[in-house]
Amino acid sequence: MSSATFRIWRGDSEGGEFRDYTTEVSEGMVVLDAVHQIQAEQANDLAVRWNCKAGKCGSCSAEVNGSPKLMCMTRLNSLPLDQPVTVEPMQAFPTVRDLVTDVSWNYEVKKAIKPFAPREPDAADGTWRMEQYDVERVQEFRKCIECFLCQDVCHVLRDHRLHSEFIGPRFFVYSAALEMHPLDTADRTTELADDHGVGYCNITKCCTKVCPEEITITDNAIIPLKERVVDKMYDPITKLLRMFRS
Amino acid sequence: MKIAVMDNEYQSFEHDVLVIGAGGAGLRAAIEASAAGVSVGLVCKSLLGKAHTVMAEGGMAASLANVDDRDDWTVHFADTMRGGQYLNSWRMAELHAREAPARARELEAWGAVFDRTKDGRILQRNFGGHKYPRLAHVGDRTGLEMIRTLQDHGVHQGIDVHMECTVVELLKDGDRVVGAFGYDRERGRFQLFKARAVVLATGGIGRAYKVTSNSWEYTGDGHALAYRAGAELMDMEFVQFHPTGMVWPPSVRGILVTEGVRGEGGVLRNSDGKRFMFEDIPELYRSSTATDEEEGWRYTQGDKQANRPPELLTRDHVARCIVREVKEGRGSPHGGVFLDIAWIKKRLPNGAEHIRKKLPSMYHQFKQLAGIDITEEPMEVGPTTHYVMGGVRVDPDSQMSTVPGLFAAGECAAGLHGANRLGGNSLSDLLVFGQRAGQYAAEFAKEQTAAKPAQDQVDAAARDALAPFGRAGGDAEGPYQVQYDLQDMMQSQVGIVRTEEDMQKAIDAFEGLRARAERVGVQGNREYNAGWHTALDLRNLLMVSEAVARSAILRKESRGAHFREDYLEKDAGQGRVNTVIRRGDEGGMQVTQEPIPEIRADLQQIIEDNR
Repeated sequence: MSSATFRIWRGDSEGGEFRDYTTEVSEGMVVLDAVHQIQAEQANDLAVRWNCKAGKCGSCSAEVNGSPKLMCMTRLNSLPLDQPVTVEPMQAFPTVRDLVTDVSWNYEVKKAIKPFAPREPDAADGTWRMEQYDVERVQEFRKCIECFLCQDVCHVLRDHRLHSEFIGPRFFVYSAALEMHPLDTADRTTELADDHGVGYCNITKCCTKVCPEEITITDNAIIPLKERVVDKMYDPITKLLRMFRS
Repeated sequence: MKIAVMDNEYQSFEHDVLVIGAGGAGLRAAIEASAAGVSVGLVCKSLLGKAHTVMAEGGMAASLANVDDRDDWTVHFADTMRGGQYLNSWRMAELHAREAPARARELEAWGAVFDRTKDGRILQRNFGGHKYPRLAHVGDRTGLEMIRTLQDHGVHQGIDVHMECTVVELLKDGDRVVGAFGYDRERGRFQLFKARAVVLATGGIGRAYKVTSNSWEYTGDGHALAYRAGAELMDMEFVQFHPTGMVWPPSVRGILVTEGVRGEGGVLRNSDGKRFMFEDIPELYRSSTATDEEEGWRYTQGDKQANRPPELLTRDHVARCIVREVKEGRGSPHGGVFLDIAWIKKRLPNGAEHIRKKLPSMYHQFKQLAGIDITEEPMEVGPTTHYVMGGVRVDPDSQMSTVPGLFAAGECAAGLHGANRLGGNSLSDLLVFGQRAGQYAAEFAKEQTAAKPAQDQVDAAARDALAPFGRAGGDAEGPYQVQYDLQDMMQSQVGIVRTEEDMQKAIDAFEGLRARAERVGVQGNREYNAGWHTALDLRNLLMVSEAVARSAILRKESRGAHFREDYLEKDAGQGRVNTVIRRGDEGGMQVTQEPIPEIRADLQQIIEDNR
């Protein structure tokens, strides 16, 4: 049994500070275990959001040594323990208290995206036929656990605070899952360009790097959406056709 | 604005139907009620979409007959009754088996993307206790697919979602439940919900045990709220211990390893390398179990002539076999047994890739949390508290409890699973009975006048909730130690293997634990205060734990998930009764056994035909 120091941000929307807590560490522990141990033994009122503790629900997002991480999936043996481990709340969202942030903006954004609209069923019994090959593309996006780490790392939200003009990587993945769904008939390209700010993404791929589900966010979701936007709105022939039609 | 610690002001909300809990059952109920044209409020302790349903891995059972056309609702019904050792509510088992296919197809219409058969239909996999491949699935993350589909569909229906809110008490107007009182976890503000009908969909009680696959949310809130509101609970002795939870490292002990691993050909071995499951096959299942390893393998690969390998016997049986191996000194280094899926590489040329594709989150989970590559090495697994079959006693058709206006669906309701739940029957349960609870709650709400909860109930609930703050210092104890002691006791004395003596000790200890819980004090303010939340959870955990222990001591036989070392056999008389719990007039817990309603002849015939 050895010990390690955790430098945890304590405070609320009005401000706060880092405080050091030293606690015992044992084999196999993750950051969330250490935070819970500190909560149980030294700081009963330490605020931390968590749920499944198995990397499946995406509740315990925070920044560990400056990197956006799920605390439940960050093993202590992957961190240098000879210096304090800093744990702080996500920076792209308002702080509620300690490690807990107000992520309600994400829920509002999702509501504004055009919902799934399936084509008529393929068979008389009201069912559809889809190839495994076709569903796999969408299944990658549907692995998303909504931890919002991609939102946290994205400079458009984190640094430029363009929350009102840009929906962020999570909702491009969500939009891509709908756009590429084999049954979906809706078209979301106009909103993606005009309201959802897909153009702000300059493909730095930070979101892809932090995704705990290893979704290839930039290459498989955002770039194809950008291409759809370009095809529909800026392709000269389509543009011409559109002019005639209107 | 900060909330003063002892401020008992509250925000007020009014809905026709209030749904408490936003996992699969709660979301499905909210969607149904909303579609019926009533206003709906949905309360959840976590953020929306984080409920424990996301953890469900294997799939949802529905006799779509896409993979094996011999399947239909009657076989599913018979399998469910056999799994439940005939203590199930036969009407619920019938409704479930009949309606599950429609609920699965409906999910697809709402955007769920299940894995496909070669001809493009929903793919189905094998699972323990199901005669045919029956589980619609998405790799091993079916629960996530389901909750996200319901969530994304529901948010466009105008449901009012109250996230991170804990309900501490139900409110009544005479006999009728007319609302709930709680607090929002972020700020600690009190919230009053007036409603014409309330649906409980709060899930299970796993946190009453030390080793569990359940998250912090599973503190038996719905069970305890219903009990305190005067509703009856049923079959609380039946707690399912899933045979395969992680056992190492210590911090992840209890986290689920999906039965899908065994469905894909994974085998259990002891430290001698022996497949011990072949050694003890219950009579009820002998004719449907493989006679050798070869036949078992063929079954997992879709051979319709083959019987299932013994690893896919019911969960209670597999869990006890593992306990036996460990107890007799043939366990793995960290007190479990070995679950080996890597061996299939000998049979399948692209085995490693197949494993990663079929079991992606298991691959991920072991790689990240235990440093083990499951395509190369066996996993170490052991039993973990997973699910409670018992719960609020409901009308099978409407899901209304014995208290008017109070409905329950999903894990917190009793009946469907009897003495033991089959894997895959939970996700379908959530949808089938979530839908029914939503429908009937909406109908009930439409017939009612406006709700008027009495002010003194509200004041009392607020006072009780704030009490722990007033007790900081002095002889006050923190909440965590009381919780740990309760969990240790339930694990060791009311766990997988039970005896009269152990359970009596546990029952005698409740009074002391309750007294300690009543002295628990917390520090700090009301914002996101985990200590305070834990202090308030204790009351529910103690109530459900006592219900489990008192029900278990009364059932003097071994059946399904309830195994007694002092009564090893099934007892025919006990097979005809359910255990019912209600609060007595004096406040004490009353436990009785009541006869199961006589089964309809046509359903009995289905059971006979499927023997």
